[in-house]
Amino acid sequence: MLLDGKCALVTGASRGIGRAIAVKLASEGAKVALNYAGNAAAAEEVKKEIEAAGGQAITVQADVSDPASVEAMIQTVVDAFGQIDILVNNAGITRDGLLLRMKDEDFDAVINTNLKGIFYTTKLVSKLMMKKRFGRIVNMASVVGLTGNAGQTNYAAAKAGVIGFSKSAAKELAARGITVNMVAPGFIETDMTAVIPEKAKEAMMGGIPLGRAGKPEDVANAVLFLVSDQAAYITGQVLKVDGGMVM
Amino acid sequence: MSTFEKVRDIVVEQLGVEADEVTIESTFIDDLGADSLDIVELIMAFEEEFGIEIPDEAAEKIKTVQDVVTYIDQNK
Repeated sequence: MLLDGKCALVTGASRGIGRAIAVKLASEGAKVALNYAGNAAAAEEVKKEIEAAGGQAITVQADVSDPASVEAMIQTVVDAFGQIDILVNNAGITRDGLLLRMKDEDFDAVINTNLKGIFYTTKLVSKLMMKKRFGRIVNMASVVGLTGNAGQTNYAAAKAGVIGFSKSAAKELAARGITVNMVAPGFIETDMTAVIPEKAKEAMMGGIPLGRAGKPEDVANAVLFLVSDQAAYITGQVLKVDGGMVM
Repeated sequence: MSTFEKVRDIVVEQLGVEADEVTIESTFIDDLGADSLDIVELIMAFEEEFGIEIPDEAAEKIKTVQDVVTYIDQNK
């Protein structure tokens, strides 16, 4: 299998895209630590799904926007697996609203989880990876971080920030055998996008050349590629998984 | 082993230099060819080997092998 002997940490792994990524990496032989913020039952369900398929997983609670919480999480994973070879920074939230109505706390919450959370995890995990001279980091961006989106000044800013952060980290860490790439999903069917009004969804679908919404598995396949040896010569790249929405 | 010898061994391993190139006066960047990321890794390795914490303010002042040996001897 592609990831035999590898240990992975996936943040925000209890549902949606994170869940699909965790299941996919485990199906290719990786031991997977499933981070969740609040929904322990959902994370436990993902763990059971992985184990039922013959894989290995642990669950670990942490709020990625809290550095102390992140530190404890990474310690837990290292105690369980001994190492972290693959880090997928997937945890993310939305607090949509028009700029003129955007509250400070909604802007900050999205930046703190979606951008600063990646800084906290990547800083600590890259230290472990540097010692091993190997690492695969994939950060979840979004096509919105490239194009902007009305109602998402906070989310788009955070995702654009993720891209700048990841490219910088890719340059710093390349000499140590660590690659840092990004996956930018378009319109993917998850709980996060379920709240989008039907009319807006229809308008979005009209802009997708492949004519359908994406599935979490579509994103998971891209992540699997980027963390596998097949992508050893790829770093600092944004891989869009959006049905051709943004070219 | 003296502190210097232990430091020298770590430097040899991390930077891939020969042991006789590492003297007490050697500067990490100019003499031993370290870059800034190498220095961060060296500090991490020293912390691990000697069981100490080298805070960023102290790490920034470390330029030579002597600086490290002195810091370790004063703080271990």
